[in-house]
Amino acid sequence: MDGIDTRQLVLDPQKASDFKGKVDPDWCAGCGDFGVINSLRKACLELGLKPHEILTISGIGCSSNTPGYFNSYGMHTLHGRSLAVATGAKMANHELTVIVTGGDGDGYGIGGNHFAHTARRNVDLTYIVMDNEIYGLTTGQVSPTSAQDMKTKSTPFGSVEFTFNPVTSAIMNGATFVARGFSSDTKHLSMLMQQAIEHKGFALINVFSPCITFNHDNTVEFFRPRIKRLEDEDHDTSDWKAACEKAMVWDDTIYTGLFLQVKDRPSLDAAEPVLAKGGAISRRSLGLSKEQGEKILSRMM
Amino acid sequence: MSSGQFDFALAIGGAAGQGIATPGNVLARLFTHRGLRLNAYNAFQSIIRGGHIFLTMRISDQEIYTHGDHLDMLLCLNQDTMTRHLGLMRSGGSVIFDSDKIKPGESPEGVQLCPLPIKALSNKSRNKVIQNTIALGVSTYLMGLDFDALGNSLKLQFGRKGDAVIEENTTAARAGYDYAAEHFEAYPVPVATGPKHLALWTGNEAMAMGGAAAGVKFYTAYPMSPATGVLHWMAQNARELGIMVRQAEDEIAVANMAIGAAHVGARAMCATSGGGFALMTEAIGAAAMMEIPVVFINVQRAGPSTGVPTKTEQGDLWQVLGASQGDFERLIVAPTNALDSFNIIPDLFNLCDRYQCPGIVITDLLIAEGTFSVDPDDLDFQPKIDRGELITSGEGNGEYLRYAITESGVSPRALPGLEGFVHVVATDEHDQDGVLISDEFTNPHKRRRMVEKRARKIANLVDQIAPPTLEGAADADVTLIGWGSTYGVIKEAVAQLADKGVTANHLPIRWIVPFHVQAVTDIVNNAKRTIIVENSFSGQFYRYLRSETGLTIDGHIRKYDGEPFMPHHVVDGVLEQLAGKTNHFVPIQEIMV
Repeated sequence: MDGIDTRQLVLDPQKASDFKGKVDPDWCAGCGDFGVINSLRKACLELGLKPHEILTISGIGCSSNTPGYFNSYGMHTLHGRSLAVATGAKMANHELTVIVTGGDGDGYGIGGNHFAHTARRNVDLTYIVMDNEIYGLTTGQVSPTSAQDMKTKSTPFGSVEFTFNPVTSAIMNGATFVARGFSSDTKHLSMLMQQAIEHKGFALINVFSPCITFNHDNTVEFFRPRIKRLEDEDHDTSDWKAACEKAMVWDDTIYTGLFLQVKDRPSLDAAEPVLAKGGAISRRSLGLSKEQGEKILSRMM
Repeated sequence: MSSGQFDFALAIGGAAGQGIATPGNVLARLFTHRGLRLNAYNAFQSIIRGGHIFLTMRISDQEIYTHGDHLDMLLCLNQDTMTRHLGLMRSGGSVIFDSDKIKPGESPEGVQLCPLPIKALSNKSRNKVIQNTIALGVSTYLMGLDFDALGNSLKLQFGRKGDAVIEENTTAARAGYDYAAEHFEAYPVPVATGPKHLALWTGNEAMAMGGAAAGVKFYTAYPMSPATGVLHWMAQNARELGIMVRQAEDEIAVANMAIGAAHVGARAMCATSGGGFALMTEAIGAAAMMEIPVVFINVQRAGPSTGVPTKTEQGDLWQVLGASQGDFERLIVAPTNALDSFNIIPDLFNLCDRYQCPGIVITDLLIAEGTFSVDPDDLDFQPKIDRGELITSGEGNGEYLRYAITESGVSPRALPGLEGFVHVVATDEHDQDGVLISDEFTNPHKRRRMVEKRARKIANLVDQIAPPTLEGAADADVTLIGWGSTYGVIKEAVAQLADKGVTANHLPIRWIVPFHVQAVTDIVNNAKRTIIVENSFSGQFYRYLRSETGLTIDGHIRKYDGEPFMPHHVVDGVLEQLAGKTNHFVPIQEIMV
C-alpha cells in the first residue's frame, strides 16, 4: 500500500494533551481504535477547537469508551442510542461541535433505526464508527458488518447473513457526507475527520479499525494491501451513483476516502425555524411571557 | 349535588366520520361562554371512519368532577346511538333524531322524542353533516337559549371556512330552531349562566401548557394514543413559543433525544402511552445514572400490549414503578384532573432539576382526552422556576467534579460549553470525576459511595411535599381510597352516598414516589372501613399501598372494561359492601359504547 503512513501518529505532546482524557484507553495493545482517537485529537487540534466547545457522545462497546479517553465534554450513553442523544443535544445547543463515536454493532445493529433517521434528518454531527466487523466487548460475536460465512462465537459454522454496507446505507438514507477511513492511515483519517467536522450536516466516517483479539479475518494485514484512497482516484464526490459503486467494491481493492458530499441540503438546525434567531434553545430564558400566557388563554376561551 | 344546582348532561352519538366533533365543540364553547362548568368524555374506537362514537357532555353552574350518570338530552346521528343509549335518559329529557333514517326506541317514562324530518329541513342539502347543525338548532331551542347564542358559536366554529359555510350552517340551525319551537317542548328550566366566561381545554393540552409554562424548550414524541394531544399542542405552538418539537423514529429515540437536550440545559419533556413507555424504559435509568432531569409522561390506556388503544385504565402503575433496571432515584406523580396536570408539571420540573433525576407523570385517557372547563383565574402561566444547583455561566478552574460527593447528594451541574468545567457523564457506574469504575478494577467502596450519594438526594424529599389529606368527615363510615384520575368520580360518589345516608370520606393519592407512608398509614388506621377504587383488574394500587405500608384494606371496587367509572358504580359498590354482600365489587358498564 504505497503512500499510506502506518506509523503511529506523532502529536506535539504539549498540544496533544489538550485532548487527552483523564484516563488512558484500556483497549488491547494493537487495537485499531488507538489510531482513530489519535486522528481525532489531531483533527480537533488542527481545526483550533477547544475541549469545552466539543461534546463527544458514544453508546456502549469498546470504541464507545472514547469519550472517557478524549478531553472534551462527553456522554457515555446507552448501547445503540448515541445518535438519538446527540440529536437532542445538538438541537438544544447547536453551537456545540458534536462528535459521536462508536462501533459497528452499536451503530448499525442495535442503533440501526437511529442511524437511518439521523442521516435522513441531516443532523449536523460527525459520526465516527470504529468498524471492526465483530462484537468485541461481548467477546466475539457476528456483527452487521461481518462478512458472510464468517465464523464467530455466535456463528461457529459461518454466518449465512448478508453484510451491511454502512457507506451505501448512509447514502441511501440521505447522509450528506459519507466517508471511509482506515485506522492505520491516520493522516488520511485525520484529514477526513477535519472535513467531516467542518461539514454542515450529518457526516459519517466508517473506519476500518481492526480488532486484534476477536477478528482474525479483517486484520491490518488484510486491509493494508487492498486499501486505495479515493483521493488518489478520479472520483467525483458529488456523484452518488459512482459513490455507491465504489463503496460496493470488496475484493483486491477496498476504497477509503470521501465517497459523497452534498453541500446544498441544509442541516436540521439550519432548517429548524425555532433556531432562526435567539441562539441555542438551551440558553434561552425559561417560561412564558405575560403576553404569551394571555394569547394561549385567549384561544381557550 | 346540592339542591338548586343546574346539572344537565347531553350526549351526541354516531359513527366516526359523521362529524360529532363539530357540534360537540360548538356546544362546549357555547356553554363555557355562559360561564358553565363542563366535563366531557368521548367514547370512541381506534378507527377513522365507522365504529361508534359517543360524546357525553355534562354542564353545571357549580363545580362538577365527572361526566355523570345520566342524560337529559340525546342527539342521535345514527340508529346505534338510539339503540344503545336511550336507557341512560333521565325523566324530563329529550331525544333528537333524524326520523327519515332512525327508528325511535322505547323511551323511558317522561322522555320526549323529537323526530326531525331532516330531508325537508335541510332543503335536500347534499352536505352530509348538515343534520348535525339542524340538531344543534333544535337543542338550542330545547335548552331555552336565544338563537343568537348558537349563531355566535357557529361563527366562531366556522369562521375560518368563510362566509358561505357560516351562512349555510346558520340557515340550517335556524330551521332546526324554528321547527323545534313549533313541535317540541323546551326544558322547563333553561340553561343557567355562570358569573364569567370559562376556558376550555383537554387534559393533554393542560399537560402541554404546563410544560410550556415550566419552560420546556424541547418536546419530543412518537404518536401514540391517548398521548398524542400533547404533541399536537406543542407542534401547533412551538414556533410562537420557541419550543423545539421533534417527532422521532420511535420512543427509544424520543427518550434519548430528551436526555441529550436536557443534558445541554434545555428543559425536556416527552409523552407516550404504555407501549411507548416500555421502549423509553432503559433511557429512564440512564437519565437517573447520568443525573439528568427529564420529564416522562405515561398516559395509560387499556392494556396489555396494543390492548384497547382508545379506552382508559390504570394498569401501568407497576410498569412505571419498575421502569428500568437497577435501584435508582426518580419521582412519580399521578395528577387528579386537568388543572392538577397543568400545575404539577412545573412543580415536577423544579424537583427534577433540584434533584437531578427523571420524573414521571402517570395519568390516563380519562383525563388526557377529556374536555373540561377551567376558570382562567386558576391558570398561572408564570409558575416558579427553580433549576437547582445549575452552573450556566462563568469559567471553572478545570478541577470541576460533575458527581462531587456532597452532604445533600446533589452535585452542582455544569452545562456543556462552559470553559473549565469539562466532564464526561456516563451510564456506567463512575466516580466523582465521571471516570468509569465499571471497567478494570471495580472499587466496591467507590461504588457504594456513589449509590448512596444519589440516594441521599431524595431521601427526605417526602417531608417537603404536601402529604395526601382526607377529604370529608374524619369519622365517616367508609373511607374511599383512589389515585390519580379517580379523584372526580370518588368525590361525586361521596356526595351521592351522603344523599343515601352513608357518610364516606375520600383519600386521594397524587404522589406515588415519594410515597407518604406515615400519613397514609395514619389515615387508614383511623378509618372505620376502607375501600380502594381503581381502574385495574389486579388492584395495582392496592398492591403498591400494601408493599409500601403493610396495610390491608377492607374492600375493593375495580373496573377494567375500558370505560371509566361513573359515580353510581362506586356508590353501588359501597352499598353492596356495607350490606355485607361482597368485598370485591366490579360494576357492570350499562351501555355499549
